[in-house]
Amino acid sequence: MLPALPLDEAGKYVAGAYLVFFALVLIYVAIMAARLSRIEREVVEIADMVQRDRAGSEQRVGETV
Amino acid sequence: MSTALALVFFFAPLDADQGFVQKIFYVHVPMGIVALCGFVAGGIFAIMHLRSGDPRWDMRSYVAIHLAIVLAVGVLVTGSIWARASWGHWWVWDEPMLVSFLIVFLLYATYTPLRFSIEDKEKQARYASVFAIVAGAFVPLNFAAVRMAQNFVHPETLGTTTGGMPDKMLLTFFVALVGMTLLFITLWKFEMAAKHARFRLRALRRSLAGEDEFVPIGRSAAPGL
Repeated sequence: MLPALPLDEAGKYVAGAYLVFFALVLIYVAIMAARLSRIEREVVEIADMVQRDRAGSEQRVGETV
Repeated sequence: MSTALALVFFFAPLDADQGFVQKIFYVHVPMGIVALCGFVAGGIFAIMHLRSGDPRWDMRSYVAIHLAIVLAVGVLVTGSIWARASWGHWWVWDEPMLVSFLIVFLLYATYTPLRFSIEDKEKQARYASVFAIVAGAFVPLNFAAVRMAQNFVHPETLGTTTGGMPDKMLLTFFVALVGMTLLFITLWKFEMAAKHARFRLRALRRSLAGEDEFVPIGRSAAPGL
Protein backbone atom coordinates (compact mmCIF):
# COMPACT_ATOMS: atom_id res chain seq x y z
CA MET A 1 0.00 0.00 0.00
CA LEU A 2 1.20 3.50 -0.87
CA PRO A 3 1.68 6.10 1.87
CA ALA A 4 -1.41 8.28 2.51
CA LEU A 5 -1.89 10.86 -0.24
CA PRO A 6 -1.95 14.57 0.68
CA LEU A 7 -5.44 16.07 0.99
CA ASP A 8 -5.34 18.00 -2.32
CA GLU A 9 -4.45 14.86 -4.26
CA ALA A 10 -6.71 12.49 -2.29
CA GLY A 11 -9.62 14.91 -2.69
CA LYS A 12 -9.69 14.32 -6.46
CA TYR A 13 -10.09 10.57 -6.00
CA VAL A 14 -12.73 10.91 -3.28
CA ALA A 15 -14.69 13.47 -5.32
CA GLY A 16 -14.39 11.20 -8.37
CA ALA A 17 -15.75 8.18 -6.49
CA TYR A 18 -18.72 10.08 -5.05
CA LEU A 19 -19.43 11.71 -8.43
CA VAL A 20 -19.53 8.28 -10.06
CA PHE A 21 -22.11 7.17 -7.51
CA PHE A 22 -24.28 10.27 -7.92
CA ALA A 23 -23.96 10.15 -11.71
CA LEU A 24 -25.17 6.54 -11.73
CA VAL A 25 -28.19 7.37 -9.56
CA LEU A 26 -28.92 10.48 -11.65
CA ILE A 27 -28.73 8.58 -14.96
CA TYR A 28 -30.98 5.87 -13.54
CA VAL A 29 -33.54 8.40 -12.30
CA ALA A 30 -33.38 10.27 -15.65
CA ILE A 31 -34.10 7.03 -17.57
CA MET A 32 -36.99 6.27 -15.22
CA ALA A 33 -38.32 9.82 -15.67
CA ALA A 34 -38.22 9.37 -19.47
CA ARG A 35 -40.15 6.12 -19.12
CA LEU A 36 -42.70 7.78 -16.85
CA SER A 37 -43.25 10.56 -19.37
CA ARG A 38 -43.89 7.87 -22.02
CA ILE A 39 -46.46 6.31 -19.68
CA GLU A 40 -48.05 9.73 -19.26
CA ARG A 41 -48.32 10.11 -23.06
CA GLU A 42 -49.95 6.68 -23.25
CA VAL A 43 -52.45 7.68 -20.55
CA VAL A 44 -53.38 10.75 -22.63
CA GLU A 45 -53.76 8.59 -25.77
CA ILE A 46 -55.98 6.11 -23.94
CA ALA A 47 -58.08 8.92 -22.45
CA ASP A 48 -58.57 10.26 -26.01
CA MET A 49 -59.56 6.78 -27.21
CA VAL A 50 -62.11 6.46 -24.41
CA GLN A 51 -63.53 9.90 -25.20
CA ARG A 52 -63.80 9.08 -28.92
CA ASP A 53 -65.51 5.78 -28.11
CA ARG A 54 -67.95 7.50 -25.78
CA ALA A 55 -68.73 10.24 -28.32
CA GLY A 56 -69.25 7.61 -31.02
CA SER A 57 -71.61 5.52 -28.91
CA GLU A 58 -73.63 8.62 -27.86
CA GLN A 59 -73.95 9.58 -31.53
CA ARG A 60 -75.19 6.07 -32.39
CA VAL A 61 -77.76 6.23 -29.57
CA GLY A 62 -78.95 9.64 -30.85
CA GLU A 63 -79.33 8.31 -34.42
CA THR A 64 -81.40 5.30 -33.30
CA VAL A 65 -83.69 7.53 -31.18
CA MET B 1 -27.99 9.25 2.35
CA SER B 2 -27.70 12.93 3.32
CA THR B 3 -27.07 11.97 6.95
CA ALA B 4 -24.48 9.46 5.82
CA LEU B 5 -22.72 12.07 3.69
CA ALA B 6 -22.68 14.54 6.58
CA LEU B 7 -21.23 11.86 8.87
CA VAL B 8 -18.62 10.82 6.29
CA PHE B 9 -17.20 14.30 5.82
CA PHE B 10 -17.83 15.97 9.21
CA PHE B 11 -17.95 13.20 11.82
CA ALA B 12 -15.88 10.16 10.83
CA PRO B 13 -12.18 10.54 11.69
CA LEU B 14 -9.45 10.30 9.07
CA ASP B 15 -7.92 6.87 8.68
CA ALA B 16 -4.42 6.63 10.11
CA ASP B 17 -3.04 4.60 7.18
CA GLN B 18 -4.90 5.89 4.15
CA GLY B 19 -5.90 9.39 5.20
CA PHE B 20 -8.69 11.16 3.28
CA VAL B 21 -8.81 8.53 0.50
CA GLN B 22 -10.44 6.09 2.95
CA LYS B 23 -13.67 8.15 2.65
CA ILE B 24 -14.31 6.19 -0.56
CA PHE B 25 -14.93 3.19 1.70
CA TYR B 26 -18.27 4.67 2.87
CA VAL B 27 -19.72 4.63 -0.63
CA HIS B 28 -17.85 1.68 -2.13
CA VAL B 29 -18.49 -0.98 0.52
CA PRO B 30 -22.21 -0.24 1.20
CA MET B 31 -22.78 -0.20 -2.55
CA GLY B 32 -21.03 -3.57 -2.85
CA ILE B 33 -22.98 -5.12 0.02
CA VAL B 34 -26.33 -3.83 -1.28
CA ALA B 35 -25.50 -4.97 -4.84
CA LEU B 36 -24.68 -8.49 -3.61
CA CYS B 37 -27.83 -8.53 -1.44
CA GLY B 38 -29.78 -7.39 -4.51
CA PHE B 39 -28.47 -10.38 -6.46
CA VAL B 40 -29.42 -12.72 -3.62
CA ALA B 41 -32.86 -11.07 -3.33
CA GLY B 42 -33.29 -11.61 -7.08
CA GLY B 43 -32.59 -15.32 -6.48
CA ILE B 44 -35.12 -15.49 -3.63
CA PHE B 45 -37.80 -13.79 -5.76
CA ALA B 46 -36.97 -16.26 -8.54
CA ILE B 47 -37.59 -19.17 -6.13
CA MET B 48 -40.97 -17.62 -5.31
CA HIS B 49 -41.68 -17.33 -9.03
CA LEU B 50 -40.89 -20.98 -9.72
CA ARG B 51 -42.94 -22.08 -6.68
CA SER B 52 -46.01 -19.96 -7.43
CA GLY B 53 -45.83 -19.43 -11.19
CA ASP B 54 -46.86 -15.81 -10.53
CA PRO B 55 -45.16 -13.54 -13.13
CA ARG B 56 -45.04 -10.69 -10.58
CA TRP B 57 -42.25 -12.54 -8.73
CA ASP B 58 -40.30 -12.74 -11.98
CA MET B 59 -40.75 -9.00 -12.37
CA ARG B 60 -39.50 -8.43 -8.81
CA SER B 61 -36.49 -10.64 -9.47
CA TYR B 62 -35.74 -8.88 -12.77
CA VAL B 63 -35.89 -5.38 -11.24
CA ALA B 64 -33.75 -6.39 -8.22
CA ILE B 65 -31.05 -7.91 -10.45
CA HIS B 66 -31.22 -5.02 -12.89
CA LEU B 67 -30.70 -2.49 -10.08
CA ALA B 68 -27.96 -4.58 -8.47
CA ILE B 69 -26.10 -4.60 -11.81
CA VAL B 70 -26.23 -0.78 -11.87
CA LEU B 71 -24.79 -0.69 -8.33
CA ALA B 72 -22.18 -3.29 -9.26
CA VAL B 73 -20.92 -0.99 -12.03
CA GLY B 74 -20.57 1.69 -9.36
CA VAL B 75 -18.69 -0.72 -7.09
CA LEU B 76 -16.22 -1.60 -9.83
CA VAL B 77 -15.58 2.02 -10.79
CA THR B 78 -15.29 3.37 -7.23
CA GLY B 79 -13.15 0.37 -6.27
CA SER B 80 -10.89 1.08 -9.18
CA ILE B 81 -10.53 4.72 -8.13
CA TRP B 82 -9.76 3.63 -4.55
CA ALA B 83 -7.20 1.10 -5.82
CA ARG B 84 -5.48 3.79 -7.88
CA ALA B 85 -5.27 6.10 -4.87
CA SER B 86 -4.16 3.38 -2.41
CA TRP B 87 -2.09 0.98 -4.51
CA GLY B 88 -1.13 3.12 -7.49
CA HIS B 89 -2.95 0.84 -9.97
CA TRP B 90 -6.46 1.04 -11.42
CA TRP B 91 -6.84 -2.72 -11.29
CA VAL B 92 -4.94 -5.51 -9.54
CA TRP B 93 -5.47 -9.01 -10.90
CA ASP B 94 -3.97 -10.87 -7.92
CA GLU B 95 -6.53 -9.37 -5.50
CA PRO B 96 -9.20 -12.05 -4.80
CA MET B 97 -11.94 -9.62 -3.70
CA LEU B 98 -11.69 -7.54 -6.89
CA VAL B 99 -11.52 -10.46 -9.26
CA SER B 100 -14.33 -12.37 -7.53
CA PHE B 101 -16.59 -9.32 -7.69
CA LEU B 102 -15.74 -8.91 -11.37
CA ILE B 103 -16.68 -12.57 -11.94
CA VAL B 104 -20.03 -12.03 -10.18
CA PHE B 105 -20.62 -8.89 -12.25
CA LEU B 106 -19.77 -10.66 -15.53
CA LEU B 107 -22.02 -13.56 -14.54
CA TYR B 108 -24.95 -11.20 -14.03
CA ALA B 109 -24.05 -9.22 -17.16
CA THR B 110 -25.31 -12.27 -19.08
CA TYR B 111 -28.73 -12.14 -17.36
CA THR B 112 -30.30 -9.50 -19.62
CA PRO B 113 -28.94 -10.99 -22.89
CA LEU B 114 -30.22 -14.40 -21.71
CA ARG B 115 -33.70 -12.97 -21.22
CA PHE B 116 -33.54 -11.12 -24.52
CA SER B 117 -32.56 -14.27 -26.40
CA ILE B 118 -35.76 -16.09 -25.40
CA GLU B 119 -38.84 -14.88 -27.25
CA ASP B 120 -41.49 -16.93 -25.46
CA LYS B 121 -42.32 -14.95 -22.29
CA GLU B 122 -43.16 -17.99 -20.17
CA LYS B 123 -39.93 -19.77 -21.08
CA GLN B 124 -38.00 -16.54 -20.63
CA ALA B 125 -39.34 -16.12 -17.08
CA ARG B 126 -38.64 -19.75 -16.17
CA TYR B 127 -35.08 -19.86 -17.55
CA ALA B 128 -34.27 -16.45 -16.05
CA SER B 129 -35.53 -17.64 -12.65
CA VAL B 130 -33.33 -20.74 -12.81
CA PHE B 131 -30.37 -18.55 -13.70
CA ALA B 132 -31.18 -16.08 -10.89
CA ILE B 133 -31.37 -18.91 -8.31
CA VAL B 134 -28.10 -20.55 -9.35
CA ALA B 135 -26.26 -17.25 -9.64
CA GLY B 136 -27.84 -16.00 -6.39
CA ALA B 137 -26.52 -19.08 -4.58
CA PHE B 138 -23.09 -18.50 -6.12
CA VAL B 139 -22.84 -14.96 -4.69
CA PRO B 140 -22.58 -15.80 -0.93
CA LEU B 141 -20.49 -18.90 -1.68
CA ASN B 142 -18.07 -16.82 -3.71
CA PHE B 143 -17.92 -14.15 -1.02
CA ALA B 144 -17.33 -16.74 1.72
CA ALA B 145 -14.59 -18.40 -0.34
CA VAL B 146 -12.77 -15.10 -0.72
CA ARG B 147 -13.11 -14.33 2.99
CA MET B 148 -11.71 -17.73 3.86
CA ALA B 149 -8.81 -17.35 1.47
CA GLN B 150 -5.51 -16.76 3.17
CA ASN B 151 -4.22 -14.03 0.92
CA PHE B 152 -5.65 -10.96 2.67
CA VAL B 153 -4.29 -8.12 0.59
CA HIS B 154 -7.61 -6.33 0.30
CA PRO B 155 -8.18 -3.98 3.26
CA GLU B 156 -10.39 -5.66 5.83
CA THR B 157 -13.35 -3.53 6.71
CA LEU B 158 -15.48 -4.69 9.62
CA GLY B 159 -13.09 -6.89 11.52
CA THR B 160 -9.33 -7.05 11.48
CA THR B 161 -6.69 -8.77 13.50
CA THR B 162 -5.69 -5.37 14.86
CA GLY B 163 -9.10 -4.69 16.38
CA GLY B 164 -11.34 -3.32 13.63
CA MET B 165 -12.71 0.15 12.98
CA PRO B 166 -13.14 2.89 15.57
CA ASP B 167 -16.73 3.41 16.78
CA LYS B 168 -17.21 6.68 14.87
CA MET B 169 -16.17 5.04 11.60
CA LEU B 170 -18.37 2.03 12.30
CA LEU B 171 -21.41 4.22 13.02
CA THR B 172 -20.82 6.21 9.82
CA PHE B 173 -20.46 3.00 7.86
CA PHE B 174 -23.74 1.58 9.20
CA VAL B 175 -25.62 4.81 8.48
CA ALA B 176 -24.20 4.74 4.93
CA LEU B 177 -25.25 1.09 4.60
CA VAL B 178 -28.79 1.85 5.79
CA GLY B 179 -28.95 4.83 3.41
CA MET B 180 -27.79 2.71 0.48
CA THR B 181 -30.30 -0.03 1.35
CA LEU B 182 -33.15 2.50 1.52
CA LEU B 183 -32.03 3.99 -1.81
CA PHE B 184 -32.07 0.52 -3.37
CA ILE B 185 -35.55 -0.25 -1.99
CA THR B 186 -36.89 3.15 -3.14
CA LEU B 187 -35.55 2.76 -6.67
CA TRP B 188 -36.79 -0.85 -6.77
CA LYS B 189 -40.29 0.23 -5.77
CA PHE B 190 -40.14 3.14 -8.23
CA GLU B 191 -39.24 0.86 -11.14
CA MET B 192 -41.78 -1.77 -10.08
CA ALA B 193 -44.53 0.87 -10.00
CA ALA B 194 -43.51 2.18 -13.43
CA LYS B 195 -43.48 -1.32 -14.92
CA HIS B 196 -46.88 -2.20 -13.40
CA ALA B 197 -48.38 1.04 -14.72
CA ARG B 198 -46.97 0.32 -18.19
CA PHE B 199 -48.36 -3.21 -18.31
CA ARG B 200 -51.77 -2.12 -17.01
CA LEU B 201 -51.88 0.58 -19.67
CA ARG B 202 -50.98 -1.91 -22.37
CA ALA B 203 -53.76 -4.23 -21.17
CA LEU B 204 -56.22 -1.33 -21.15
CA ARG B 205 -55.19 -0.23 -24.63
CA ARG B 206 -55.55 -3.81 -25.87
CA SER B 207 -59.07 -4.08 -24.46
CA LEU B 208 -60.04 -0.70 -25.93
CA ALA B 209 -58.48 -1.08 -29.37
CA GLY B 210 -59.25 -4.79 -29.72
CA GLU B 211 -56.75 -7.57 -30.40
CA ASP B 212 -56.75 -6.93 -34.20
CA GLU B 213 -55.69 -3.30 -34.02
CA PHE B 214 -53.24 -3.83 -31.18
CA VAL B 215 -49.59 -3.74 -32.30
CA PRO B 216 -47.48 -5.93 -30.01
CA ILE B 217 -44.08 -4.67 -28.88
CA GLY B 218 -41.00 -6.41 -30.21
CA ARG B 219 -38.77 -8.82 -28.33
CA SER B 220 -37.87 -7.54 -24.88
CA ALA B 221 -35.74 -8.65 -21.96
CA ALA B 222 -38.28 -7.23 -19.50
CA PRO B 223 -40.84 -9.66 -18.12
CA GLY B 224 -44.45 -9.49 -19.23
CA LEU B 225 -47.36 -9.57 -16.80
